[in-house]
Amino acid sequence: MHELSLSSAVLDTALRHAGGQRVKTVELTIGALRQVVSSSLEFYWEIVSRETPCEGARLELNMVEARVRCKACETEWTLDDPIFRCPSCEDSDVEVLTGTEFFVESIDVEEEACTVRE
Amino acid sequence: MHRTRVRVAEDALDANTTIAQANRADFDRESVRVVNLMSAPGAGKTTLLEAVFRDGLGDLRAGVLEGDVQGSLDADRLARFHVPVTQINTDGGFGGECHLDANMVRSALGEVPLEEIDLLIIENVGNLVCPAEFRVGEDAKAMVCSITEGEDKPLKYPLMFRTCGLVIVNKIDLLPHLDYDLDTLLANIESVNPGVEVLLTSARTGEGVERLRDWLASVFHGGAPATDGGTPVGERAAAAA
Repeated sequence: MHELSLSSAVLDTALRHAGGQRVKTVELTIGALRQVVSSSLEFYWEIVSRETPCEGARLELNMVEARVRCKACETEWTLDDPIFRCPSCEDSDVEVLTGTEFFVESIDVEEEACTVRE
Repeated sequence: MHRTRVRVAEDALDANTTIAQANRADFDRESVRVVNLMSAPGAGKTTLLEAVFRDGLGDLRAGVLEGDVQGSLDADRLARFHVPVTQINTDGGFGGECHLDANMVRSALGEVPLEEIDLLIIENVGNLVCPAEFRVGEDAKAMVCSITEGEDKPLKYPLMFRTCGLVIVNKIDLLPHLDYDLDTLLANIESVNPGVEVLLTSARTGEGVERLRDWLASVFHGGAPATDGGTPVGERAAAAA
């Protein structure tokens, strides 16, 4: 049910920026530490967007891996398991560089073309 | 028809954060500190609060905002201790949500006597996933992890364990009856959230409850860390950023 709340939040953000126009694509950046299952997000997105200007809009997902840096020895690594301890020096004073994102980057809206009558 | 790409560049949960900050402002106005208490269903949040309230928090006046999908069973239990308890039901117009968010908390604030309390404990809906995502305006987040849930929970739910400044390991009175390796749990907690404060408690026997009272008091006095994986998460810190 996590993805239901998140897709609702995405919908609210997209509608706020769409200016009433039909939305065709929503571009998201999602970090691995947000525990989002993309197929679940797409499933709930289809449901929450029905009968809104976002109905039928496609989610464009940029998934970002979790990168962590050890403050003691400056080693950087990609987190596969949620172990926040440096693989080099075993220190636990670490900094999460990427992986916590949940951003709506952009939306594609469909505009009516202007026609000029001669 | 032609398409235009509109740049948004917004955190999708910005709206929730904005409302959480409004809640924060209301809490600050009345000098109330807030704890967001989370756990899986049945870990013992309500029973621990009963144990805390049984002997009281000294001069500290506590109130509870109780979040459940349905019913008032937990609120009724806590109201017996003469602390103001306000119930939020997420199925009452919020679609039966599995967590509290800032908007739900805000909707209930009118019924919370903020001027009569020093510390508000928000007992969240039992859920190890979603509540970790939604700030509600709290000063500190704490979670209860009971030993009947298994040693591997921190590895399976890292976001929850990392977002809290306190992990309460509950039901330790059952240790003699279970094939359970407490050291493995503690090591897993330490791997996922290094340095997080951990309390061992039994709401049933009262073991560790005094230290939990001390921690709650320290939240009020501003000493307890409100951590979100190592960075301050309280809205005061967000406003200062």
